[in-house]
Amino acid sequence: MSTVLRQDTDAQLADLLLLNSVEQFYYEQSDLLDARDYEGWLDTLDERIRYWMPIARNVQSRSLADEYTRPEMDAAWFDEGIETLRQRVEQFRTGMHWAEEPVSRVAHLVTNVRIREVRDDGDGNRWVRTRSRFLIYQNRLETETTLFVGKRDDTLVETPGGWKVRQRAIFLDQSVLLGKALTVFF
Amino acid sequence: MALSLDTLVDAKAGTVSRELFVSQELFDLEQEHLFSRAWLFVGHESMVPDPDDYFVSRMGTDSVILTRDRQNQIQVLLNSCAHRGMKLCRQDQGNTRAFSCPYHGWTFTTDGKLSSIPGALTGVPGLNKHYHGELDLASWGLRRVARLVNFKGTIWATWDPDAPDFDEYLGDMKLYLDSALDHRDGSPGGSEMIAGVQKWRIGTNWKIIAENFNGDLYHDISHRSVDSIGIGPGGKGRRDATPQRTSISFKHFGHGVIGRAPYQDEEPYKPLFANHPEVEDYYRGLYDKRQTLLGGKMKVLHSVGGVFPNVAIHGRQPRTIGVFHPISPTETEMWRIFLVDKDAPQAVKDAHRHYYLRYSGPGGMTESDDTENWTYATQSCKGSIARRTPFNYQMGVGHAQPIPGLRGAVTTGEFTEENNRNYYKRWAQFVRGLSWDELMAASRAEQGA
Repeated sequence: MSTVLRQDTDAQLADLLLLNSVEQFYYEQSDLLDARDYEGWLDTLDERIRYWMPIARNVQSRSLADEYTRPEMDAAWFDEGIETLRQRVEQFRTGMHWAEEPVSRVAHLVTNVRIREVRDDGDGNRWVRTRSRFLIYQNRLETETTLFVGKRDDTLVETPGGWKVRQRAIFLDQSVLLGKALTVFF
Repeated sequence: MALSLDTLVDAKAGTVSRELFVSQELFDLEQEHLFSRAWLFVGHESMVPDPDDYFVSRMGTDSVILTRDRQNQIQVLLNSCAHRGMKLCRQDQGNTRAFSCPYHGWTFTTDGKLSSIPGALTGVPGLNKHYHGELDLASWGLRRVARLVNFKGTIWATWDPDAPDFDEYLGDMKLYLDSALDHRDGSPGGSEMIAGVQKWRIGTNWKIIAENFNGDLYHDISHRSVDSIGIGPGGKGRRDATPQRTSISFKHFGHGVIGRAPYQDEEPYKPLFANHPEVEDYYRGLYDKRQTLLGGKMKVLHSVGGVFPNVAIHGRQPRTIGVFHPISPTETEMWRIFLVDKDAPQAVKDAHRHYYLRYSGPGGMTESDDTENWTYATQSCKGSIARRTPFNYQMGVGHAQPIPGLRGAVTTGEFTEENNRNYYKRWAQFVRGLSWDELMAASRAEQGA
């Protein structure tokens, strides 16, 4: 979306409302996670979600295409669907997931939200592709603190129950992960 | 006060001093006597498929470059300029004809046409003008490892020209390495790594991770949460059962596995990956071929297995390589590399990959809980009173029995700390600076006997 004022104020207003609803959706997701309502967070995901976080590598500037491990074939930090995400939530609830027992304090910040594409799925529901930044602060026990910062590319689908995440590609800005475990959701 | 190396590890009594996990002095001795001499895992040949490909790895605290030269030979070179030490290669991987230093421009080549010595110094700015043509190029190439081997795709190296052959260093642990790296149908080799290496930092001593994979079935409670959920490929627990599983220690070498002693006859087919029909089909299909290839021959299998000092090669579920690079006494950089059959259908590879990722690595539901235990087992040893209290490794002391068909191997059943006692005994032998003759005396005597 251009920042230049357009003649078509209705269209501009529609864009703003769309952006606002996507931002509010992200804030809701953050609130759910930070309040440890993982089941509530699962409800914001589409049943067919692909949740993928590739591994970044240090490459020469002429080889940027090799910076991240490839989708659907290479290793990654995460590459999963709803079933595994549900198992992760179940694991939290066992009370024996020692990397999160006692539980971490986590704050999710989502920012730089942009809508990159809007289309209709044919049934009158909108699909949007978005890009955003995340900053996730995790602190647990006494001094264990991890910061996860990076970019997030989503595909969201509009449903009667609100937006659902259909695809989430998470690009963490670290090659060697500077934390002992990935027990936060992105 | 200098630590007494004689009392740190008491394998007979089953105690190990906590100094091993926090002492800078011992960490330095490990670098000097262990990592500079032992055979270490460097990488996999599929990281460098083509000439001039390179991959940056580690050997102990040193950065090294794994590369394939223009003559198709794999080389391992110290990743530090011979001139002023600059880390030559700061990319993780790539393709280059020569390594040129960004500091003063010294250039090193692995091209056998330019120089017969891998890593030779071939370019020095101002060689004639500033050095008056007097620099002895031949003496200032990159340090390269003394010996290296390609073992079914895995690359291992040592800095010590006097080290025994890799086969001798492994002993009969080699059978388990074969089994992990061979095709599931039993044909030699036939595995490949899934591209991409997970690398992450854990606030633990590297040996805590190594002993975990050398054979520690006792830490089941660590994984009770995933066991109760059932993340395994059969839908239950965290992996399909390994038949007739036991803990095996290669007592002279410090290697250890959780697996099966050598056996001849395969059991009737039992479904593997029952929750993934296409993978189950794959294994069912391989079963007959495996019978044809290996029927009547001695064979082994294992789930978890550690090669002394800092690598674990897991043979079944998940089938992975773990490397525990020492960073400091209380920090380790862990790597995970995932293996699949090279010619498996993509759907089979994918199902394995998804399983590996939900099990292993920092995002793995199993391994994440390990990292908590490893971290705080290490951190709590920093206390001055804690440091004076040894760790207890007394499970099964005096109950080890030899395993027929495996040289120098013993078992005490599934649950034992025999593997760990022998691991630390081996560690102490290295760190005390024993010669290779002394280090290999016990296994050689047994073989001669």
